[in-house]
Amino acid sequence: MSLLELNDVKVHFPIKRGVFFDRTVGHVYAVDGISLKVEAGETYGLVGESGCGKTTLGRAVLRLVDITSGEVVLDGTDLASLPDKEMRSMRRRLQMVFQDPLGSLNPRQNIESILSEGMAAHGIGANQEERREKIRAILAKVGLPSNALSRYPHEFSGGQRQRIGIARALVLEPDVIICDEPVSALDVSIQAQVVNLLDELQEELGLTYVVIAHDLAVVRHISDVIGVMYLGSLVEEAPSDSLYAEPKHPYTKALMSAVPIPDPVVEEARERILLTGDLPSPANPPSGCRFHTRCPWAQPKCKEERPQLREVGDGHRVACHFVEDIESGVLQIGTDRAAVVPAARTEDAGIEAAAAKAAEAAEAAEDKAVEEKSASVEATDSEAAETDSTESAKDSTAQGA
Amino acid sequence: MSELESEVGRSSVPGPRTGAAGTAGTSAALEGEVFLSVRDLRIHFDTDDGLVRSVDGISFDVRRGRTLGIVGESGSGKSVTSLGIMGLHRSHSARISGEVWLDDDELIASSEDFVRRQRGRKMAMIFQDPLSALHPYFTVGAQITEAYRVHHPVSKKIAKARALDMLDRVGIPEPAKRYSGYPHEFSGGMRQRVMIAMALVNNPELLIADEPTTALDVTVQAQILDLIRDLQKEFGSAVIVITHDLGVVAEIADDLLVMYAGRCVERGTAEQVFEAPQHPYTWGLLGSMPRIDRDQTERLIPVRGTPPSLINVPAGCAFHPRCPHADVPQDDKTRTLRPELREVGSGHFTACHLAQEERTRIWTEEVEPKL
Ligand SMILES: Nc1ncnc2c1ncn2[C@@H]1O[C@H](COP(=O)(O)OP(=O)(O)OP(=O)(O)O)[C@@H](O)[C@H]1O
Ligand SMILES: Nc1ncnc2c1ncn2[C@@H]1O[C@H](COP(=O)(O)OP(=O)(O)OP(=O)(O)O)[C@@H](O)[C@H]1O
Ligand code: SF4
Ligand code: SF4
Ligand SMILES: [Mg+2]
Ligand SMILES: [Mg+2]
Repeated sequence: MSLLELNDVKVHFPIKRGVFFDRTVGHVYAVDGISLKVEAGETYGLVGESGCGKTTLGRAVLRLVDITSGEVVLDGTDLASLPDKEMRSMRRRLQMVFQDPLGSLNPRQNIESILSEGMAAHGIGANQEERREKIRAILAKVGLPSNALSRYPHEFSGGQRQRIGIARALVLEPDVIICDEPVSALDVSIQAQVVNLLDELQEELGLTYVVIAHDLAVVRHISDVIGVMYLGSLVEEAPSDSLYAEPKHPYTKALMSAVPIPDPVVEEARERILLTGDLPSPANPPSGCRFHTRCPWAQPKCKEERPQLREVGDGHRVACHFVEDIESGVLQIGTDRAAVVPAARTEDAGIEAAAAKAAEAAEAAEDKAVEEKSASVEATDSEAAETDSTESAKDSTAQGA
Repeated sequence: MSELESEVGRSSVPGPRTGAAGTAGTSAALEGEVFLSVRDLRIHFDTDDGLVRSVDGISFDVRRGRTLGIVGESGSGKSVTSLGIMGLHRSHSARISGEVWLDDDELIASSEDFVRRQRGRKMAMIFQDPLSALHPYFTVGAQITEAYRVHHPVSKKIAKARALDMLDRVGIPEPAKRYSGYPHEFSGGMRQRVMIAMALVNNPELLIADEPTTALDVTVQAQILDLIRDLQKEFGSAVIVITHDLGVVAEIADDLLVMYAGRCVERGTAEQVFEAPQHPYTWGLLGSMPRIDRDQTERLIPVRGTPPSLINVPAGCAFHPRCPHADVPQDDKTRTLRPELREVGSGHFTACHLAQEERTRIWTEEVEPKL
């Protein structure tokens, strides 16, 4: 059994209008049916565009927002239906590091008081002296000076506040920590320090994390499994390395291809899928597949039927009707929806390496096409794909020579 | 730049030379003029534990139409510097000295009222913490509209149209519906964009953006950076971007200033600093950048050690307890004498005792190959 399990969780915020704010004129479908499992001692990374519902999902797990429907099962107990009183005692086991550090720290409390408050409430540490010692140790670990204890939130820099938030979660010795953008305000060196600290504590204490971040490099570094969200739903989930090596959902493909890599040689060999169109509003989500308004592979069926998350092999779960056809090349990218551009060619040295890589990729594609052929009835189509890729492989080899 | 360079390090220097009358509106003709000039700015805080030297003698210029990137680790004084320029340190414990020239006016010695009137139109800031800049009890639309009306005597209707346009330009879906929402109903990234809309609504001549894109994913980030560039192109604004994201800096900054413990340790054009970084701390920054094409097996290499206390700043070079090359200069200088900014290339400055040949050798043989 997984430590944390979400079953079809929905959080819909009513939109109210009128003088007394009592008329509901619609809903924001912030989280709209999410199911996932987080294993004990692992890190689940959650990524997706701004406004797609990541924070709301995190808050739902802690029941900091009303869950419209669905289950949040921690260690066999459904939190969504737990009476408030019992929920309170469960709270220690689940902690959240908030995205807005300043907004979540009481300006009139000093750091010692902010950090020891929860400890006292949950009976951690026999007395204040013991608690203070523990706080000092944790503060040192997150890279804050011990004189921080007597200071107030406004006396800290943005990144220091973010670390105070992390310390506040850690002192309660929780089982699960939901880290909402835990390192976004940190410069790279301290980011590395905090990421490594989270790693160490996980090994030491067996902590389980859900890490929400828009920085794909950070998420990759820290996560075992990654879930990709789009407009309130999960569109793909896979083991971290596998997701980066081979994104399968059209949205994930676009997302990954947009991240620049500070290495001209690697950058050379990549293609960018540039999405067109705006992010739809979660108050008025598109029918069928939520991504159909921007998906370069969209078909008529996509508008009608909402794809369910399903296993597609290699540990991937993908919510797309056509994932197999896209992979085999049966379905080609529609250029009216997205531009596929190679990264700019800069240095000659890069081209050679790029060509070699392209040849490699084409070879791999070829292997797949052959596999596909035996399995698929649309043999002619994949045959075409096969010749295509062989040809392009030849092209790039010629270029490289 | 040469005039500024020779001045750096002295405790007090005259204000910037102003050529033609530097009034608003004639931006295009004035492009390239120094618009903001900071001279030996010091901001210290009195606390029970002692004096916190958050900013300890910093000088730089920002020209119209150009962008200065400020980078440096958490707690190095970036936000305190920018709040100081904006005149927003109201706390009684703040001790501020030095000069901040905005166009023709020196702000540190000016009245609070005068500085307040410069804010909004002449200089605006995107704050690091969006919630602190937004009022929780007013709708975001009302707040942007109000910010516009303070500086423009127009009808509510026109101001609202302007606010809606700004919301749209920062990428808020369905702005008309979102206009009457409250800050807590927005996601973190959306709040950040609302604040950006508020800062840009008056086309400020100086924009200070403190970590403007921390909560934003790459696509929206690109959109916001474009918006800032547009503002700059159209109105010739001077821009300061404070960020820990070297990718953002590489994209947008013309000039770069690296801060460490309240001081500038390296300054130059972005190209100079990226292609031939001079200071060991800058090398550390470049070495700890996570990359999407690397997997977990490679732990990041952070700059070792922790940031120094700003109450007891290490003697000599403040970076010496963490610097892998502290022992190279053979003598004790590094631990006793504070390095001043020295020019190492045209307009490229660094504060480090390493001899030039030694520095070049370390960079090319030891550091660069590992990046
Ligand atoms: N209390 C609320 N009332 C109404 N709408 C809300 C509320 N909280 C969040 N929303 C809306 O729900 C959607 C999802 O918000 P959420 O904060 O979960 O996004 P997110 O994925 O965390 O984005 P970001 O990366 O920008 O932080 C947004 O459209 C947001 O405006
Ligand atoms: N009001 C204050 N009283 C005492 N110390 C302060 C005060 N404001 C800031 N400081 C200290 O000054 C130092 C610089 O803070 P600043 O906010 O400028 O850092 P920063 O470079 O912006 O860092 P970050 O990247 O984390 O935002 C920090 O060590 C902070 O603790
Ligand atoms: S279901 Fe259709 S619209 Fe949705 S991602 Fe797949 S191809 Fe694109
Ligand atoms: S002065 Fe010495 S300690 Fe400071 S950065 Fe240079 S080599 Fe390192
Ligand atoms: Mg969020
Ligand atoms: Mg700051």
